[in-house]
Amino acid sequence: MTVEPRQALVWDYAPAPEATDHLRLRDRYGLFIAGEFHEPAVPRYEPSVNPASEEPIAEVAWAGPADVRRAVEVARAAQPRWAALPGRERAKYIFRIARLIQERARELAVTETLDGGKPLRESRDVDIPLAAAHFFHYAGWADKLRYGVVAREVAPLGVVAQIVPWNFPLLMAAWKLAPALACGNTAILKPAETTPLTSLLLAEICQEAELPEGVVAILPGDGATGAALVRAPGIDKVAFTGSTAVGRDIQAALAGRDIALTLELGGKSANIVFEDAAIDQAVEGIVNGIFFNQGHVCCAGSRLLVQESVAEEVIAKLWARMGRLRVGDPLDKNTDVGAVNSAAQLERIEELVRAGEDEGAVRRSVACELPERGFWFAPTMFTDVSPVHRIAVEEIFGPVVSVLTFRTVEEAIAKANNSVYGLAAGIWTDKGAKAFQVASALRAGVVWQNTYNHFDPTAAFGGYKESGFGREGGPAGLRPYLRVVR
Amino acid sequence: MARLTVRKTYKLYIGGAFVRSESGRADPLGEINIPRASRKDVRDAVAAARKAQARWAALTAYNRGQILYRAAEALESRRAQIEAVLSEDGAGGGEAVAELDAACDVLVHYAGWTDKLQSVLGGVNPVASPFLSFSLPEPTGVVGIVAADRPALLGLVAELAPALAAGNAVVAVVSRSAPRAALDFAEALGVSDLPAGVVNLLSGRLTEVGCALGAHRDLNAIVDVSADAELGAELDRLAAETIKRASHHPVAGSYEQATEPALERIAALTELKTAWHPVGV
Repeated sequence: MTVEPRQALVWDYAPAPEATDHLRLRDRYGLFIAGEFHEPAVPRYEPSVNPASEEPIAEVAWAGPADVRRAVEVARAAQPRWAALPGRERAKYIFRIARLIQERARELAVTETLDGGKPLRESRDVDIPLAAAHFFHYAGWADKLRYGVVAREVAPLGVVAQIVPWNFPLLMAAWKLAPALACGNTAILKPAETTPLTSLLLAEICQEAELPEGVVAILPGDGATGAALVRAPGIDKVAFTGSTAVGRDIQAALAGRDIALTLELGGKSANIVFEDAAIDQAVEGIVNGIFFNQGHVCCAGSRLLVQESVAEEVIAKLWARMGRLRVGDPLDKNTDVGAVNSAAQLERIEELVRAGEDEGAVRRSVACELPERGFWFAPTMFTDVSPVHRIAVEEIFGPVVSVLTFRTVEEAIAKANNSVYGLAAGIWTDKGAKAFQVASALRAGVVWQNTYNHFDPTAAFGGYKESGFGREGGPAGLRPYLRVVR
Repeated sequence: MARLTVRKTYKLYIGGAFVRSESGRADPLGEINIPRASRKDVRDAVAAARKAQARWAALTAYNRGQILYRAAEALESRRAQIEAVLSEDGAGGGEAVAELDAACDVLVHYAGWTDKLQSVLGGVNPVASPFLSFSLPEPTGVVGIVAADRPALLGLVAELAPALAAGNAVVAVVSRSAPRAALDFAEALGVSDLPAGVVNLLSGRLTEVGCALGAHRDLNAIVDVSADAELGAELDRLAAETIKRASHHPVAGSYEQATEPALERIAALTELKTAWHPVGV
């Protein structure tokens, strides 16, 4: 009997779109201040657009300076009462929020995917469960603050202004609000202009949880709203996640003012593959590191450093794997890479990719069919990248990986650390001693061995150098929201 | 015939060497000339600190603790001379003695922190997946200090000691009105086995050296104890350029004030690193 060589499977998945009929989205959302939705002082409503279809989903009020002032006043008035609640009572409100997020998980996941373009698989399995987990974790801290900061009597800061990005809208809101509330602060959250909807659903959840009015305000808007918020008299702290450029502006705007600040900014994180790594596993990790959430991840493994001896194999396997990524409808449960969040971000990605080609790196983009409407960018790999190329230095924030090579462990460490950023890094090796040595030598806030983009509410996250300062997660995440009394 | 005294030439302390300002300038302090550091001296000092920092941080915590303890020993053994200088420069009525007592004790206090801060600030994270995840403090890197004007020695030591205990290298602008005690203290540091460049001390004018230090792009953090609101705001603005960690401390005038918020002082000059290592996967 002769056995025919197996033919390559040419077979496509049937579409498997998630249903949207259970959504309860309103046509129009106001500003969430003092426990209710309000018209802005100067009426301005902007559509929040689905980046996969360019269709408007709902109209959202944008806050102006008068609304910001009002929200700060309300938050100031509410703060002493919130802080005076026994910790266990504050905890129970926050536990309620965690539970309500779990109960409304499907609705939140679908909304997140509609509003931001990320694959449903990710919003369903990562964003929403982690958001609930963060509230659950910090709820438990509310009556244990004196154990969170060793040997210190602590007090809340007061009113905190929090600005979150569009890449993980609800999750970043959770990272910001959960510790702030647990510590007894009241909070004003500004979601990103392109992804306000899950924050507004969170406002509804605050109502359902019967959170005392004024403890949380949600003020959608663009950079102008954020600028007004960080400059508003009466705030005690600013927490910002976003680009280094905006972080720099905020830090400068707070100069000379006694306002606490934490910044979680950009990155150009190195993902380092050593020759002794399990290569197939590493390739999966590279894919997760850079194509997770279309590469719209501050800690994305966007600089792939591969040891020369295995570079050819890794690049070949990575390219083959990239060809099997399913790009398209974010609502489809089989989609790996969804829509780019906005036209502006797509432009930024295209500009940097052009720069990569102009500077002489070799580009390979997956030849996949992209939908006609919406914002899309095919998974892309650059080889022959020099460490001075813009695509090796600047944050692209898209599904684009730049591959560099190294010969020795020392060279890998030097190349990985050769960045103004220092947010995260990955190490792929099965040698324990090497992994610990390299992890220790990397100037980055998070180092993953044989995994990537792994988050947990108990584990601190935050950057070195120009990736920002302050930590979110675990007991370290309490400190930015407390002052030491004595 | 009375013997002619051998006078001391006061110098900057950069990269482990005692040097004049590269600018050749000095400001008179009574009959003594104090070097007036230039922007170039600031750059040299930051470069020396950057070069030294990794080696300092790589020493064992036990070793760093012993070196800081030795700095206290060296200061204690020179205290008579430094007390005299402090008194001449305006710390009268037992102040100089109290200041030396406190400065030595502050160094001893922080020497004891080096091998404890990882256990106190770090820990294992109980993550919900099969990983050993732990978070540990690491030094921020190169720290700039604009020291208090008075107390001239304790005000410097109170900021220097926590920065060093955390494993940072330091460039400090010392007291403007009484710089001699700090520059004498450099000699104590020079015999403490502190690797060259880990501490760099500059005398000069705040408007010139303070701002040049704050503007340096290879500085990771700036600690301002100038008590000058305008300068503080300018240092904040300069810090924003490269996302430096900026803090403003009240002047530490006693052992208690220099040590009571010890852990916060150290923590502000560290970065928490979270490492994830697989367990059985």
